[in-house]
Amino acid sequence: MSSIQSTVFMALQTNDDTRPIIEALQRDNPDAVVHRLPAMVKIDAPRRLVLRRSTVEEILGTDWDLQSINLNLISLSGNVDESEDEMILHWNR
Amino acid sequence: MNTQDTRRPAGKKLSLKEKYALMTRGLGWDTSYEPMDKAFDQLGLEGIKIHDWDKWEDPFRLTMDAYWKYQAEKERKLYAVLDAFQQNNGHLNISDARYVNTLKLFFTGITPAEYNAHRLFAMLGRQFPGPGAAIACQMQAVDELRHVQTQIHSISQYNKYFNGLHDHTVMNDRLWYLSVPKSFFEDAISSGPFEQIIAISFALEYLLTNLVFMPFMSGAAYNGDMATVTFGFSSQSDEARHMTLGLECIKFVLEQDPGNAAIIQRYLDKWFWRGYKVLGLVSMMLDYMLPKKVMSWKEAWEIYFVQNGGSLFNDLSRYGLRMPKYWEQSVAEAEHLSHQTWNAFYNFSGAAAFHVWLPSDEDMAWLAEKYPNTFDQHYRPRIEHYRKLQAEGKRYYNPSLPMLCQTCQTPLIFTEMDDPTRTSHRQLEHDGDTYHFCSDGCRDIFAGQPDKYVSAWLPAHQILQGNCVEPGAEAAGDPGADALRYFHVVAGQDNLDYEGSPDEANWLRWKGLDKTPPAAAA
Repeated sequence: MSSIQSTVFMALQTNDDTRPIIEALQRDNPDAVVHRLPAMVKIDAPRRLVLRRSTVEEILGTDWDLQSINLNLISLSGNVDESEDEMILHWNR
Repeated sequence: MNTQDTRRPAGKKLSLKEKYALMTRGLGWDTSYEPMDKAFDQLGLEGIKIHDWDKWEDPFRLTMDAYWKYQAEKERKLYAVLDAFQQNNGHLNISDARYVNTLKLFFTGITPAEYNAHRLFAMLGRQFPGPGAAIACQMQAVDELRHVQTQIHSISQYNKYFNGLHDHTVMNDRLWYLSVPKSFFEDAISSGPFEQIIAISFALEYLLTNLVFMPFMSGAAYNGDMATVTFGFSSQSDEARHMTLGLECIKFVLEQDPGNAAIIQRYLDKWFWRGYKVLGLVSMMLDYMLPKKVMSWKEAWEIYFVQNGGSLFNDLSRYGLRMPKYWEQSVAEAEHLSHQTWNAFYNFSGAAAFHVWLPSDEDMAWLAEKYPNTFDQHYRPRIEHYRKLQAEGKRYYNPSLPMLCQTCQTPLIFTEMDDPTRTSHRQLEHDGDTYHFCSDGCRDIFAGQPDKYVSAWLPAHQILQGNCVEPGAEAAGDPGADALRYFHVVAGQDNLDYEGSPDEANWLRWKGLDKTPPAAAA
């Protein structure tokens, strides 16, 4: 094992579709750090990052299909666990 | 036909998990005319043991219907942007025409690699008996073909206005530096199915593609290239799925049998090093070729390999895997990689399909800030020396052909990390011949499969043997001129310095920056 603190991340395109997603990630993951780069936003978090459909829907005020994240997702790291309600990125150790 | 699922109340939608189970595993079948191990005859060759293919699950649980829906939407978005780009002369809005040289490298080096990836996954999908794995490979084969097509469409606008983009398939087959990515894919595609998927899905996509698509595409946006950032991120949105496939695959294989770990570690060691060697080209794109720079190679390597790869291997250590061999060396080399690579292209720019230039004072200040341990000490003096020679009209070109590494096919342009004045050169005897390598990593890979690598098609050797002559054309007798013609590089147009090139003259004219008086009428 390396001495590196395990970090997961999700990178999204900078556009109107992803603004509520980024806001939801910040709301549900207080430890998440948001990096804004040209055309892209990278959200890092120690060990675990959760994206909840309900939070995005609350921000949007309408229904939102979690699988539509595929349209704007640039990259990610961590083990992925996805259902209709949430997408979790995590490292086990 | 009754399509109603009788086990549930009418109208209730399937959950994602149920739908995935029905539309992957539910579609699988066993052969009956032939035994399964004859139908899938490559599976046993590598010593990897799989006991239960049903344990394979795509964590995105993407089924074909959802796949087509989202891919169609991605295409609509992409082509709307490409229309806007073409209609508004988007090529005039880039930061500087030098920028287009990164596209030339991308288009001749990476786009054909996407096509090879398409072929590889189409074949892999046939080799895996598990429907989960077969469908994931099938989607990826379609994705990779989409990447090739969208890249050709996006870059076609640049091909109308800039040189060097006219023949990417022939260049990829023949041009000396492109044998580095080409041989990487050919090495992968001629491996067993598990090695292929570890090579591409895990070592390349999970560990390394972020380095290409994230800082470089973000750099494209920063340099005003609307077309490239759009196809880049559209490709990379598929890549997120491919990376997940890579990680899922490795966990699946490791959980299937404890004996698999040693084989997987061997593949990882090999393919990390093979992939890393291809990325030397990306390092100079970030540090030397983007007119407006986003992030240095060293920073990108720290974030996307050290940090991200470190987290990954922390996680995988429960299976007994460790970081790939020589990863520490890649970190030490991050201080030197881009400087030494760009220097090689400056030396051999006569034989390249893109232009080079010396960094400006402003560029050098940036490089010194990003590389405080090496730039001012080793690389600034050399650039200033080249500048002086150029000012005296004695622009330096390397007249020789470089020795190539038998494994990765990179010229021996790198130095020892503890002594940046000494070339890194390794040798090995095999069957009475001496073979040459750029690094310990490449020598080890050769030693593991010497019979594979002795047959490598090394461009420098082929030129010297007279094999690089355009078919049907008469040899000019000058191996250099013959080779250029064979590469489909137009001398004086596609190669040499940016300064003085037709690309530069056109750019200055289009932007109203051309201050030379018009030629007097004859």
